[in-house]
Amino acid sequence: MATKDTIHDTDIQQIIGWILRVGVIVSMLVVFIGGCIYLYRHGAEQVHYSAFTGVPAFVHSAGGIWHGIMTGRGRAIIQGGIILLISTPVIRIIFSAIGFVLERDWLYTGITLLVLLIIVASALSGHAG
Amino acid sequence: MSVLVLTVIVLVGSYFAGLLGSLTGLGGGVVIIPLLTLLLGVNIHYAIGASLISVIATSSGSAAAYVKEGITNIRLGMFLEIATTVGALAGAMLALHIQTSVIAVIFGVILIFSAIMSLKPKVEHIDKHDDTWAQKLKLNGTYPTSAGVVQYGVRHVGGGFLMMLFAGVISGLLGIGSGALKVVAMDGIMRIPFKVSTTTSNFMIGVTAAASAVVYLQRGYIDPGLSMPVVLGVLLGALTGSKILVHTSSSQWLRWVFAVIVTFLAVQMIYNGLNHKI
Repeated sequence: MATKDTIHDTDIQQIIGWILRVGVIVSMLVVFIGGCIYLYRHGAEQVHYSAFTGVPAFVHSAGGIWHGIMTGRGRAIIQGGIILLISTPVIRIIFSAIGFVLERDWLYTGITLLVLLIIVASALSGHAG
Repeated sequence: MSVLVLTVIVLVGSYFAGLLGSLTGLGGGVVIIPLLTLLLGVNIHYAIGASLISVIATSSGSAAAYVKEGITNIRLGMFLEIATTVGALAGAMLALHIQTSVIAVIFGVILIFSAIMSLKPKVEHIDKHDDTWAQKLKLNGTYPTSAGVVQYGVRHVGGGFLMMLFAGVISGLLGIGSGALKVVAMDGIMRIPFKVSTTTSNFMIGVTAAASAVVYLQRGYIDPGLSMPVVLGVLLGALTGSKILVHTSSSQWLRWVFAVIVTFLAVQMIYNGLNHKI
């Protein structure tokens, strides 16, 4: 069959496996570096986790986290690593979608995009409600 | 308690949670939340946030290997992720409006159920039954074994989908992977070989957890100071566990020990929840 797909399920499996592994390793390295800085600076302070007050303002917004990373604040760097970790499965979905497009499997391209849409919807709904 | 002392305690506790979790297949989150709330007095919202992050790390880490080996059914996983992500979103929204004591009680009940599930003997059933929906959705698959490639069929697609919706709600509400519920859906209802259902469940957990994590992140549930030792500890523990698992033939006694610990923690959670101490 000359018109057979140039990409197969096994190729997609290799790529997805690679993305998951690299995502976890990179994000854990970032969390570890941020953790060292945080402990160096705040290790002697008292903890306050018994009452729920949310996280400090500088790690709550994307802009705040970015500014914190640029100024070398430990908790902002940890939060950056955690965001990388949360994005890992999402990036995995995007690559699955590309794989299904290349396979011309339109049913699963649609299913994959639907899952992506649900995650985007939950990311947006977090601000409201 | 100082930040440094708490970090060390949580790091060590999370390491053992991850180790036992990967050896018994229960997941680390089920021990992390009671450890943080009952022992260290951490607010359950922070505990859920930190646990959810560790769930993403361990599931992505272990899914990577299974996907490469071709055991995971990627199409089945993608299809069922529609149900788990919708459920996770609903669960995360629900968690914002439900009393923490109610969350503690539900958590306890799910813990006991998971402990019982981990003790159940695993029977590998290979079913070639042809289900119309499974064929339409291309869910039937193959997986490699030592005896060669095995073909299997999937049945009761609708029932499995509904069960996954429930698993997603629980995952979003409690910040755990709810792997036990996912395996019920795939192994018990859809009649998929055990090896495929556990690895596909693992593959899906990362996406399910990410769907609720984006909600929790914006709500300030995910505290970097607390998540850092939890995620590093659980992941290192799970890595050690997977190395040990290759070299041991039987982990049945360990399952019993873990099930007893988990049940004990579950009773504590329920008791404290009913008395509004959480």
